[in-house]
Amino acid sequence: MTRRKAHAPALPVRTQLTKAPTGIKGLDEITLGGLPSGRTTLICGSAGCGKTLLAMEFIVRGATQFNEPGVFVAFEESATELTENVASLGFDLKRLIARHQVVVDAVRIDRTDIEETGEYDLEGLFIRLGQAIDSIGAKRVVLDTIESLFAGLPNLVILRAELHRLFHWLKDKGVTAIVTGERGDGRLTLQGLEEYVSDCVIALDQEATNQGSSRLLRIIKYRGSLHGTNVYPFLIDDDGISVLPITSLGLQHPASTERISSGVARLDTMLGGKGYYRGSSVLVTGIAGTGKSSLAATFVDATCRRGERALYFSFEESADQLIRNTRSIGIDLGSWVAKGLLLVQSARPTLTSLELHLMTMRKAIDSFKPQGVVIDPLNSFVGDHNEAEVKALLLRLVDFLKTRQITAFMTSLTAGGHSSEHTEVDISSLIDTWLLLRALEASGERNRAMYIMKSRGMNHSNQISEFVLSDHGVELRDVYVGSSGVLAGSARMAQEAQEQAAQLTREQDIELRQLGLERKRKALEMQIASLRGEFEAQETETLRLIGQAQTQTARLAQGRVDMGVSRKVDATANKARRGLK
Amino acid sequence: MKSNQPRPRPLKANALAESVRYVLRLYVAGQTPRSIRSIANIKRICEEYLRGRYVLDVIDLYQQPELAHDHQIVAVPTLIRKLPPPVRRIIGDLSNTARVLARLDLRDMDERRLPEGPSGRV
Repeated sequence: MTRRKAHAPALPVRTQLTKAPTGIKGLDEITLGGLPSGRTTLICGSAGCGKTLLAMEFIVRGATQFNEPGVFVAFEESATELTENVASLGFDLKRLIARHQVVVDAVRIDRTDIEETGEYDLEGLFIRLGQAIDSIGAKRVVLDTIESLFAGLPNLVILRAELHRLFHWLKDKGVTAIVTGERGDGRLTLQGLEEYVSDCVIALDQEATNQGSSRLLRIIKYRGSLHGTNVYPFLIDDDGISVLPITSLGLQHPASTERISSGVARLDTMLGGKGYYRGSSVLVTGIAGTGKSSLAATFVDATCRRGERALYFSFEESADQLIRNTRSIGIDLGSWVAKGLLLVQSARPTLTSLELHLMTMRKAIDSFKPQGVVIDPLNSFVGDHNEAEVKALLLRLVDFLKTRQITAFMTSLTAGGHSSEHTEVDISSLIDTWLLLRALEASGERNRAMYIMKSRGMNHSNQISEFVLSDHGVELRDVYVGSSGVLAGSARMAQEAQEQAAQLTREQDIELRQLGLERKRKALEMQIASLRGEFEAQETETLRLIGQAQTQTARLAQGRVDMGVSRKVDATANKARRGLK
Repeated sequence: MKSNQPRPRPLKANALAESVRYVLRLYVAGQTPRSIRSIANIKRICEEYLRGRYVLDVIDLYQQPELAHDHQIVAVPTLIRKLPPPVRRIIGDLSNTARVLARLDLRDMDERRLPEGPSGRV
């Protein structure tokens, strides 16, 4: 039998078996649509692993989201206790009861108060249940936990027969039911309830680790349906239960096209010229001391400069320490704190459970309403926690931030020995923009380099840049890439000096040549001038001689005329003779 | 829980015990052989030990289903001793007379008949 995967709980799935969606995040995905409709599901697990909450969420979501009223029969708690307990999950049971969407019937059975004096049956319970179901037209029923009957009532033979009858009766009623059972030694439930419930069995577990504990869910059996077979971690927070198959991310959050600055002009340029997308998740990884927190502080600074709020979850430094340390790179986070634009929350996550952490972070985000959130670093979560669970937590968190269009900036410390592409928590699939900081060790020093590992939806640079921390913030500089690899730091400076010297030499050379040329021109011009002077002198002399000669000639002619006059010679004849000459 | 029990234990048949009034409620579901048997049993016991100083209500939960919730009934038949305090519950068809008597604090009066004391709690 093949079955399509359910994409959303709201979408009815074409199956032979109709399913009742639980509305519990993730559970409908791994059950491919929900619990078997009109049948009974057994939820078993040890004490305190969340059976009651899961069952209650099934009822509450059924009533509020799927228009299926529900009856919750509590054998262990009073209605008041139950109402109070689930109020912490944000379920307003009182209101649902008042609106006739939910009936809570607390069945009290006190062994010390009961004496058996002959044959009996559980018709009283059937009548109560029938009455409750009919009073609101219930489609869902929870019996939590029916095994209390065994503790409260004598005579196992009667109880077993009655339980059998009860499950048949529930089926006849057409209600989708959950019964819960305590885990027994070597079997799923103390009283072997699994023998009665054959349709669907879900086991919850709580695994104690060094300091915390992780909750796990597994579908043991689901007759007539495919289902996820893994052990899935789940969390309980103030939004109810969330089971976390990695594929169950909603992926329905809006995607903003707005771009926001990273706080480093060069980095913005590298990120397609405009910076990060609003509401995207940014991860910075690198080994210790590569400047992850500084980049985070720069992001915060840029966020606050835009007049937006930023929430900084610092898991390694206190708020004061963070402010002091970032002042050394010229970023004054203290002033943003004073203006109420920045909130720094410091805690060591290993001290509390992951669930609690997620909850407190979400609460802080909900109350502060930031546009940017920094988690520095993610590794602190790993601690003693199960890696799958951490991933689950981050998935939830990233999803949560995305739906609120909050830009997430996370740092992750890479262990020294690992490849730089390895993140401690393997979450690269969640990340939109991944910046990698590297330490370049060469010629006796250590320098920082940065490149963009990936950045979804933008034409980003593939250039490795040197990442420089100075007292006026983060700067990116070009690195030299030569035969000896990437050069940064003093090697880069040496290279720069070398290039500058070469440049200088070239410039000087050009200058020299120009000077030489000039000198030649001047020499030539001087030569021209002296030649011209010589020529002018000769010209003057020649003209003078010509003038003298002409004057003499004129004088001679005059003298001849004068003599002619004195000799009474015909003037015309003289003139004619002179003209012939 | 009231501390001033109306009478001290163990109690021999005496004037004080004779004066205590019993208010009993028997919850059954329909006219099944078991229901009928339990009604007959309690009536017999009441007549024998509490003649003239008891009130017995028999409630059919099929007729008044809401009472199952209101009065915390799970098993049927259930007999509840409302008075004298404390409230006591007895389930089953009441065919184990010795246990019923012990549970109703009528054990002492029955001692003369039984070969040995009933197995009820002390």
